[in-house]
Amino acid sequence: MILRHPVLYIILAFAAIMVWLPLHGNNVSLREDLILVAIAVILASNLNLMIGYTGYVNFGHIVFYGLGGYIGLYLAAEKGWNLVLAALLAGVGVSLFALVLGLGILRLRGAYFALATIGILVAVQSFVANFDPWGRSTGLYVSFDAYEKLGGARHALWVTYFLVIAVMALSMILSLGIKMSKFGLGLFAIREDEGAAVVLGVNTTVYKAIIYSVSAFLPAVAGALMFYKNGMIDPSIAFEFMLSLEGIVMLMLGGKGTVIGAALGGGLYEKLRSYLLTSPKLSNFHLVIAGGLLLVVVLFAPGGLIGWLYKAVPRSRKVLE
Amino acid sequence: MSGIFASMIDGLLIGAVYGLAAMGLSLIWGVMDVINLTHGATIALGMFGMYILFSAFPVNAYLLLIPIIAAGLLLGLLIYWISVHWVIDRPQLASLLSTFAVNMMIIGIGTAIWSTSPYNVNFTLPGITVGAYTFTGNHMAAASAAVIIALALELFLYRTRMGKAIRAVADNREAAELMGVSSTMVLALAFAIGISLAASSGALVSTLFPFTILSGASYQMKSFVVTVLAGLGRPFGALVAGVLLGLLEGAVTPFIAVSWIPLIEFGLFVVVLVLFPRGIFGRATA
Amino acid sequence: MKRLVLTIFVLSTLFVTAGFAQNLTVGFTVSKTGALNVDSLEQYRGFELWRDQVNAAGGIKAGGKNYKIQFVSYDDESNTKRVQQLYSRMVLQDNADFLFSPYSSSLTATAAIVTEQYGKIMLTTGAAEGKTYTLGNHYLFQMFTPGAEYLKGTLDALKAKDPKATIALVYEDASFSVAVVNPAKAYAQQLGLNVVFTEAYAPNTTDFSAIIDKVIASKAAVLLGGGHYADGSTLAKQLYEHKVPLKMITLLVAPDSDKWTELGDSAVGVMVPSQWEPQTAFKAQYGLSGADFAKAYTAKYNAPPSYESAGGYACGLVLQRAIEQAGGPDTAKVAAALNATDITTFYGRTKFSTAANEHGLQIGHAMVLAQWQKDKSGLVKQVVWPLAAKSANLVYPIH
Repeated sequence: MILRHPVLYIILAFAAIMVWLPLHGNNVSLREDLILVAIAVILASNLNLMIGYTGYVNFGHIVFYGLGGYIGLYLAAEKGWNLVLAALLAGVGVSLFALVLGLGILRLRGAYFALATIGILVAVQSFVANFDPWGRSTGLYVSFDAYEKLGGARHALWVTYFLVIAVMALSMILSLGIKMSKFGLGLFAIREDEGAAVVLGVNTTVYKAIIYSVSAFLPAVAGALMFYKNGMIDPSIAFEFMLSLEGIVMLMLGGKGTVIGAALGGGLYEKLRSYLLTSPKLSNFHLVIAGGLLLVVVLFAPGGLIGWLYKAVPRSRKVLE
Repeated sequence: MSGIFASMIDGLLIGAVYGLAAMGLSLIWGVMDVINLTHGATIALGMFGMYILFSAFPVNAYLLLIPIIAAGLLLGLLIYWISVHWVIDRPQLASLLSTFAVNMMIIGIGTAIWSTSPYNVNFTLPGITVGAYTFTGNHMAAASAAVIIALALELFLYRTRMGKAIRAVADNREAAELMGVSSTMVLALAFAIGISLAASSGALVSTLFPFTILSGASYQMKSFVVTVLAGLGRPFGALVAGVLLGLLEGAVTPFIAVSWIPLIEFGLFVVVLVLFPRGIFGRATA
Repeated sequence: MKRLVLTIFVLSTLFVTAGFAQNLTVGFTVSKTGALNVDSLEQYRGFELWRDQVNAAGGIKAGGKNYKIQFVSYDDESNTKRVQQLYSRMVLQDNADFLFSPYSSSLTATAAIVTEQYGKIMLTTGAAEGKTYTLGNHYLFQMFTPGAEYLKGTLDALKAKDPKATIALVYEDASFSVAVVNPAKAYAQQLGLNVVFTEAYAPNTTDFSAIIDKVIASKAAVLLGGGHYADGSTLAKQLYEHKVPLKMITLLVAPDSDKWTELGDSAVGVMVPSQWEPQTAFKAQYGLSGADFAKAYTAKYNAPPSYESAGGYACGLVLQRAIEQAGGPDTAKVAAALNATDITTFYGRTKFSTAANEHGLQIGHAMVLAQWQKDKSGLVKQVVWPLAAKSANLVYPIH
C-alpha cells in the first residue's frame, strides 16, 4: 500500500536532495544550515502525530529531544558506546518513559493536558539540573578525541549529518504510515470526537498512550545525534521551552494533520529564522515576525499552507497527504 | 527566631505576589475558558512599566501601581481584540495559539527595545529586623499591595452590577446573554482585568528583584501551578493558593537545596492536575 | 579636474596600501545582551583597544609583511546555543583566521568544541574553567589563571586573620563557579578552616532570600562564592538588605567591574579575586606598560579597565607576538609559537601548558585579591593580597 503512495517518493526524493546538496562541492556551511532544517522537520513531523492526528497539544515535546540528547551523549561520550547504538537506546528509553507518563497524564483532556506537558518539561529540566551523573547545570561534554572513532571531527560531522537526514526521512515515512493505517483512523476519531470514539469501540487511553510514546522515539534519536555533533549538552539548551513552542508554530504554518505540511512548515520556518537571526537589521524582530505569522495562520488560515493549497487546487488533496 | 519561621514569612510575602499574578490567569480562564499565554509577557511589561515610570517620577514606587493598573486595562482590551475576540467560539487550541502568538510578538518587541539584559528599580523601603533576620520593606509593601488589589477585585466581582455580569457569563454565557448581558463587553472587560492584574503583579516583582524582558515566563509557570492548585475561575482562591505555595516553599527550603524547588512544585502540579482536575480547593462540579 | 586627480590619488593610495598590508580577520562573539553583558563588554573593549593600537602602528609586522587586524563579531545573547552557530559561521562563512573566546567559561567551552572541530586557533580569555583543556584539544590557549586558584588568596588571608571563622560557600551552578568552589573547599579543609554551609544556586536566580535565611541559620561569618555580574551584584545587595552579619564577603567576577560602585553601601568591603589590577606593576618585556594601558583605556572609554579588559588586550598582545615569531599567520606555525610562549606583559606572566592532557592551560599567570574600601574620595578598589603586592591593608571584619 504505502509503497504505491506518491508521497513516499516525494519523501525519498527530498531526503536524497538534502544529502546531495552539501556533498556536491563539499559545502560545509550549507550542511550546517540544512541539519537545522532537518531537525525542525523531525520535531514538527513527530509533534504532528499528537497535535495534528490526535488533537492533543503537547507544549513539552522538546523534553523527548533533550532527554534523548542526554542519554545518547552519556552513553556515547562517557561510556564509549557506538553512536548509532547509543542513539537507538536513547530512543527506546525515552519512548518507554513517555509510555508510562502518557498512561498517567493522558487522562487529562484539552488544555489540561497541554498544561501538564509544560509541568513535565519544567520538572524534568529541574531534575536534570540537579542530577550529578549528568553534570547538573554545567552539563556533559564530549572529549575531542571521541570523534576519532568516527574518523576525526570533520568526518564525524558528515556522519551525523547523514544519520539526521535518515531520521528525518523516517519521521515523515512514519507519519505517512500511521496516517494510512487503521491505528491512524482511530486517532482521527479521537481528534474529531473523543466521546464518540469511545462509543465506537476505540480504546482511547491505549491509543493515546501509544501515539504519545511513538511521537517521542525519533525526536529522542535526533537529540542524541545532534547533541553529540554539538559536543555538549546542558539543561538550558536541551529543554528549551521556546524551541518546543516554535515546533507548534512550524506545524501550524505548514498545516497540521498532514505529512507534507509538517515538513514544509518545519523547513520553511527554520530557513526564515536563520535568515532573520543573522540579518543585522532584523535579528531583533525574528520573534515578532514568527509571532505575527502564527497569528495570521491561526486567525485566518487554520489549515496552514497545505490547507490553502487544498482549497486552491482541490486535486492536490488526492496526492498530498 | 528560628530559621524555618523566617523562611516561611519570606515565602508568605512573595507568595502573595505569585497569587496576584495567578488571579489574572485564573479570572480569564474561568470566565471565557481561554488559557492566556500572553500572561508572562504582560507580567514583564508590568515590570518595565514600573521601571519607566519610576525613572521618570521617582516617587514612592507603590503609588505608581495606579497608572500601571489603568494602562494594564487598556492593554488588556487591545490584546483581547487582537487575539481572543476572533477565536472565542473556536476550539481551545485556537486561543491557546493566538495568545501565544501575541506573546511572541510582545517578547520580540521588548527584546528589541530593552535587550535581554537585567534591569532594576532602585527604590528601597526600610525593613524590620527580628533577631538575626531582616524582612525588607519592599517585600512587605508588595505583599500588602497584592492583598489590597485582590480584595478590591473581590468586592468588584461580588458587589457591583458589572462584577455580577462577569460572574454570570462565567457560569453560563448563553443564559447570561438571554438575560440581556452583552457578553462581548463582559468578556473584554474580564480579559482586561486579568491582564491588568498580571501587569500589576509584574510591577510589584520589579521592586523586589532584577528582571529582564524574559522574566515573565517563570512567573507565568508559577501562575499555572497556583491556578491549578486553586481550581479555575476562583480569583481569590488563587491568592490563597499563592500564599500557600509560598509558605510551602519557605517550609521546604531549609531542608533541601533551593535548586530542587521547581521539581517539587511542578511534580506536584502534574500530580494535582491528574488527581484533582478541579483543583484542591475547587468546586465539585465545573 | 582637481576632483579627478584627487580620486585617482585616493584610489591609488588605497591600492598601494592594500598591496603591502594584508588583513587578518579575528572572530569572536560578544554578549551584547543577556546576563553576561557587563563583563563581556569590558572584555570587548580590551580587544578593541588592542586592534586600534595595532592598526594605528601600521599593523602586525611579520615575515616582511604588514597585517592589519579586522574583527568579525556577533552578539551571542549570553546563550551557549547561539555561540556554536556563530563560531561555525565565523569559521565557515566569514573565514576568520584566528578566534578569541566569548566571555565566560560556559560559552567558551561550547565555542571551543566548534573551533577544535574545524582546527582553528582560539585564545580564550574571561574563561577560567580548566576542564575544557583536558578534553584533548590542540588549538586552545588560555589567558586566565584557572579556576582552582581563584579563592586561594582569600582563604590564605582568612587563615592569617581569623583561622576560626566559619565559612559559607554560596555559588552559581555554572561551569566557572563550580570549577572555582570545588577546589576551594578542598583547600579550606587543607588549611583547617571550617566550612559550615555549601549551596549552589541556579544561574538565573534573582531571589536569594531562601538561601540568605539558610546562611544566617548556619551562623557563617564569611561568605565566598557568587558567579558573574548579574547574580553576584544581586546577591550582595540582598545580603546587605537582610543585614546578614558577615565579616568577610568574597564574590567572583562581579565586584571587579567599575559598575560595582552603583550598589552603594552594599558594595563596601566586598572582595574579588582578580586576574589583574592597575596597581600591580609588572615589568613588561613586550608591549605597553600597565600604566600606559590604564591611561589609554580610560581616555577611550571614560572608565577604568577591569581585569576582563586587561585580559582582552593581553589576548591580542600574545597573539600578535606569536604571529611575529611565526613570521606570518599560518595556523600550525602560530600554534607552535604560542606553545613556546613564556613572556611577561603588563598583564603579568603568560605561559601555556604543553602537556597533552592539559594543553593550553594557563600555568604562568598569578592572581591578586582586591577589596572595595571607603576613603575620602569614595569607594576605591585596593589590592590587599598577596602582601607583597598590596596597595592597602585588608579590612577585616567589614563592619
